Amino acid sequence: MADLSIDFCGIKSPNPFWLASAPPTDKAYNVVRAFEAGWGGVVWKTLGEDPPAVNVSSRYSALHGKNREVIGFNNIELITDRSLALNLEEITAVKKAWPDRAMIVSLMLPCEEAPWREILPLVEATGADGIELNFGCPHGMPERGMGAAVGQQPDLIEMVTRWCKTYTRLPVIVKLTPNITDVRAPARAALAGGADAVSLINTVNSITHLDLDNMVAYPVVGGRSTHGGYCGSAVKPIALNMVAEIARDPVTAHLPISGIGGIGNWTDAAEFIALGAGSVQVCTAAMLHGFRIVEEMKDGLSRWMDRKGYENIAAFSRKAVPNTTDWKYLDMNYQVIASIDQEKCIQCGKCYVACEDTSHQAIARLVDGNARRYEVKPSECVGCNLCEITCPVESCITMVPQPTGLPYMNWTQDPRNPRAEVVLSDA
Amino acid sequence: MIESLHYLPVAGSTHEVLSERFTDLAPPLTDRQAAIESARCLYCYDAPCTRACPTGIDVASFIRNIHDHNIDGAATTILQANIFGGSCARVCPTEILCEDACVRNNDAEGQPVKIGLLQRHAIDNAQFDGHPFKRAPSTGKTIAVVGAGPAGLSCAHRLAMLGHDVVVFEARDKSGGLNEYGIAKYKLPGEFAQQEVEFLLSIGGIEIQHGRALGVNLQLADLHARYDAVFLGLGLGASRELGLTGENAPGLMAAVDYIATLRQAQDLAALPVPRRAIVIGAGNTAIDMAVQLKRLGSEEVTLVYRRGFDAMSATGHEIEIAKMHFVRMRTWAAPLDVLLDDAGRVRGMRFEETRLQDGRLVMTGGIIEIAADAVFKAIGQGMGLAALVDPLAREIERSDKILVDDCFRTALPGVYAGGDCVAPGQDLTVQAVQHGKLAALAIHHDIQSKAEAAWPT
Repeated sequence: MADLSIDFCGIKSPNPFWLASAPPTDKAYNVVRAFEAGWGGVVWKTLGEDPPAVNVSSRYSALHGKNREVIGFNNIELITDRSLALNLEEITAVKKAWPDRAMIVSLMLPCEEAPWREILPLVEATGADGIELNFGCPHGMPERGMGAAVGQQPDLIEMVTRWCKTYTRLPVIVKLTPNITDVRAPARAALAGGADAVSLINTVNSITHLDLDNMVAYPVVGGRSTHGGYCGSAVKPIALNMVAEIARDPVTAHLPISGIGGIGNWTDAAEFIALGAGSVQVCTAAMLHGFRIVEEMKDGLSRWMDRKGYENIAAFSRKAVPNTTDWKYLDMNYQVIASIDQEKCIQCGKCYVACEDTSHQAIARLVDGNARRYEVKPSECVGCNLCEITCPVESCITMVPQPTGLPYMNWTQDPRNPRAEVVLSDA
Repeated sequence: MIESLHYLPVAGSTHEVLSERFTDLAPPLTDRQAAIESARCLYCYDAPCTRACPTGIDVASFIRNIHDHNIDGAATTILQANIFGGSCARVCPTEILCEDACVRNNDAEGQPVKIGLLQRHAIDNAQFDGHPFKRAPSTGKTIAVVGAGPAGLSCAHRLAMLGHDVVVFEARDKSGGLNEYGIAKYKLPGEFAQQEVEFLLSIGGIEIQHGRALGVNLQLADLHARYDAVFLGLGLGASRELGLTGENAPGLMAAVDYIATLRQAQDLAALPVPRRAIVIGAGNTAIDMAVQLKRLGSEEVTLVYRRGFDAMSATGHEIEIAKMHFVRMRTWAAPLDVLLDDAGRVRGMRFEETRLQDGRLVMTGGIIEIAADAVFKAIGQGMGLAALVDPLAREIERSDKILVDDCFRTALPGVYAGGDCVAPGQDLTVQAVQHGKLAALAIHHDIQSKAEAAWPT
């Protein structure tokens, strides 16, 4: 049985599944239910200065798929709307009752040293295992100079991180916003400020959809709306890339990463860990299905690790990082061609029309009376994967690597490259 | 006719109670069900369902519109191809047409998209502001259509759309043809058939004259002379005969006549209902008859067919409905004699057992008798002789049905025909609609090009 426990920059947790700082970790009642369900840790919903924030009514909206499954989720909720004292009291009690679970406290304060200096000892006194700096919240708080307003300015990140490292001995995790051009800059700033880890991504600026009758976006608050933070499955690809960017940046290559963004099952978690995460944080999936999902996540991850022979999380952590590279180092001599399994084909014609209309006209449609047969034209196929993606039948269309007999040759080495770049002997 | 059963007990109970038994066989989809079902459609290219539809409805497109909350758009797509999209959604044997062709029947899933129910959802929930189709500028031409069934009205509607005026001649009191008089009541309940006709006529330019029967008070020669073209959608008005002694005895009647009476009945409780009945035949009409008798309260209904189950023209779905209603099915038995009681009324039938020998049906000599208070024959319909008797009408080539070319032109220039009265065809409503539509296009084309329609030589 694989060992799921982790030591994330000194924070110990029985498994890598933490609940992200968000509504599910707002108060003791929820967090206790989460621990009972088996979560390895929580990041308590962001604390701020008193008086606490005030939230509006109507806070979430979603992008639904064809069967009303939630693809993306959006919220305009602010940080905790409960008093600092009450939160600290509950954190203390819960940590005491659940000593083996990771308890991280999320914080958001103005960019002034004094408030940070004052709050950090109070947090430390709760017995919490670490703090997470919320530099990512994209709605509401940036208008007050906090959240993503800090995360978008590397010098502020570095400054606040340094204050935190000065006034607490707890590990400091800096939570990054994706609403930025190059995520490596804030990650490097966090490292420069002394951060023990980064966590990402926070939510993406978004408007999910509109009420076209009333010409207002969702969620509607008294006839008006505002952009919110996007999360859920839809943001996973964005998050995975940002995690990988930091993991493969030589400057931050050894900085622990807590992966966040659309994690809903064990494969999502395994992907984040393989691309550089040491722990993963979940919110939307729990909000949609309840805390019980951690059971299947732990079970699935553990069985997969057993099958693969990974004894612990570290055994496969960052294993996909070396295979994630720049475009220019891809093998120009590699060639795949689509292959249609005629036994599995149901003649829906989707691959044909996709290729014919929008790609390389590499699928032939053979008409024989009422029967149809779709065949790949190997000489026309560029191996783009579009047909495989459109096919509704699993493993009916596969992309088959072709033996070219040619060695690895990347773009920097390619004679067709008009701007011969630095030629690397081994990329 | 129904008078032949006057001595039988009536259904009893009350009209209200019996009406409950003749509501929708398949309930409509709720909005949520339609959303789930429409999401299952793969939006195939060159879709097999559309190729399987006799009217060529763009199924993938209308289902995508349903899913995208564009119900009016979905309904328009359907009606563009098939103005009887509402009744076809209810009566089409989808299990041998679109749903049989659905790619989701593949081994991995084995469950087609419920195309028929989705089509019904679109038509039933459309909210058009007036008629959805506009008429082209008037051509100044007027076309005569004989028969206000699906073929005739489909033709009339398309002609009206193309800018022609149309006069429809209908023998019966109501329009709709088999939708009004012939389809099992639980398939097209209530006033749906009339509502659909009203909707169709709302395009304008179509006048219907009732009580006008070809060969009785209407002659083809007159129509041919007075109108710019004539379309014959005569249907198959005559029930085939068993050819047995006692065929006209009280207690024996054509199933279609009983069904027509049932469909028009103001008081179902007053209908004569045999305690034990025999239905002869194995098509959908035979099943409709047997099932409706069961719903009216017959205790014992036996459907008798001279061949085996495999040869039945009723679809598997229909046979299942019969089984669900505990209709007894006796195969391999051919009618031999009608058995009469002392009063000369039907008391049962004698059959001779049959079997196949070298591909031919032969009698085995085995005799069976089935007691019954009434016998209903549902062994097919024919053209009848009355309609095409005037000298000009005789020029129309016929086998047992009217012969037409691919554009539904008869041998007589300017005269077109479609629906059940032409060969070949499976006598499906949806085919009749397509015939009418294509004939209208041919009429329009022939008039526009002034090309005289000619029988291909």
